[in-house]
Amino acid sequence: MGPSHPATHGTIKFDLKLEGEKILDCDVVVGYLHRGFAKMCEQVTWTQVIPYTDRLNYVSPLINNVGYALAVEKLLGVETPARCQFIRVIMSELSRITDHLTCCGMAASELGAITVGFYLIEARELLIRIIEVVTGARLTISYTRIGGVKHDLPPDFAEQVTKAFRKSRQLLADCDRLLSRNRIFIDRMSGLGVLSQETAIAYGLTGPILRSTGVSYDVRKAEPYLVYDQLDFEIPIGTKGDNYDRFICRMLEIEQSMRIVEQALKKIPLGPVSLDDPHVVLPEKEKVYNSIEGLMHHFKIIMEGIQVPAGEVYLAVEGGNGELGFYIVSNGGGKPYRVRVRPPCFIAMSAFREMIKGSMIADIIPTFGMINMIGGECDR
Amino acid sequence: MEAKEIYGKLERKFAGKVSGFQGDVMDPNLRVDPQAVVEVCRYLRDEPDLKFEILSDLTGLDLPKENKIQVVYHIYSYSHRHQIVLKVDLPRENPQLSTMEGVWKVANWLEREAFDLFGIVFEGHTDLRRILLPEDWVGHPLRKDYVEQEEYDGISTQRAPLVEKLLR
Repeated sequence: MGPSHPATHGTIKFDLKLEGEKILDCDVVVGYLHRGFAKMCEQVTWTQVIPYTDRLNYVSPLINNVGYALAVEKLLGVETPARCQFIRVIMSELSRITDHLTCCGMAASELGAITVGFYLIEARELLIRIIEVVTGARLTISYTRIGGVKHDLPPDFAEQVTKAFRKSRQLLADCDRLLSRNRIFIDRMSGLGVLSQETAIAYGLTGPILRSTGVSYDVRKAEPYLVYDQLDFEIPIGTKGDNYDRFICRMLEIEQSMRIVEQALKKIPLGPVSLDDPHVVLPEKEKVYNSIEGLMHHFKIIMEGIQVPAGEVYLAVEGGNGELGFYIVSNGGGKPYRVRVRPPCFIAMSAFREMIKGSMIADIIPTFGMINMIGGECDR
Repeated sequence: MEAKEIYGKLERKFAGKVSGFQGDVMDPNLRVDPQAVVEVCRYLRDEPDLKFEILSDLTGLDLPKENKIQVVYHIYSYSHRHQIVLKVDLPRENPQLSTMEGVWKVANWLEREAFDLFGIVFEGHTDLRRILLPEDWVGHPLRKDYVEQEEYDGISTQRAPLVEKLLR
């Protein structure tokens, strides 16, 4: 099955061993979108890696940006201003919502509920428009910088978000009525792709797939980064560890992410959005054109890159699909020595065989849909 | 548990097989003897007050100056919320290590990736094939001295600079 099957959103191949329609064994072949992310990162400066991180999980690129920037900042030993941290939280959560909406919408439409697919994509469109207003792009946004973000939020941001959330909540309520007690949908989702808690942990799964088995692990709670410890939110967990629980976990997480954004918008302080350190953050254009120091700092960062002290760090953030880790090694200088991404959906795909063995061919579609494999992140 | 205590516990249990503890860096790490890595990890997973249930990440690190390749394990415990980094030094020529599949199943794909990109051979692995690159690819790209093959499947991997193309 694959590599370019209409029901597989990424390019991926399943080598299936069948008995009639029953799956005896399944070998997952990935790597069709491999482009040497880690190798490319070794050739460019620390700042130039940011556009590459957009293209990892391109459904929620802001989370990748934030994760990478946080890892480099930890290595540099700097902390961004409070306003920047709040902006990063807000943008990450908007991204998480778009990620879950895409996953649930696509999975539903593949099971015949195409109306739900359209509704959820409409909700996603509302949020992506907001992201576009802030960052200037829809998917490949490169919004964060090391030591800050590109620029501040627009003045009417809070109103736009409130408006979009009101509409999204209506759409989500409609979808809930259409799906959550829909016989066909439940029959195709419930009791399939089941993983026990022990298996999920042994396979290192994280995110909604782990939480659907009843483990309450979320990086935002377990190892809080940015300002997540100042915000009040819950981690929805499932009980059975099947596809339906994963779906419900994601839908509930959307609501929690909206809560986070609303709280953060109330609490966000005024102030600068970038560090005031000319060795890390590019100076304003005004200074570059009018003062020798400004020009020199600009030249240094562009030509030599930010000088990151030697050392190594592993920093994880909660991505849409689970723990997104960045393992970064520097040997001092303007270029990374090694950038390694721990991709949550690569690890989820390694457990796919376990989930699908003994099921029918048609069950691949909901199971694969709820993993939400993103080729860019899985294959790097 | 603090990283220092974890190291102390390991040192008492596996004298001479763990060494080089670095506690004052961002992620405290220690070196493990290549021969003992599986038993150390099994102990780390099963001991009640350590309980490292999860292998967050396994990757390689090429260090040609020191003529070695490191395998880096990031492990984490859900029950105790502590973490530590294990490192295993291997020679650059012919690096070999026992597989960790028996301890954490996630190691299956992570080791395949390390084999693919660094050429580290994991002995006893059930399915050691390339995973991201095609089967017939030559070399291991994340090694620092890797030279890309000139063509693959009859297609050139090099591209002339655009300016030259325009001048022609």
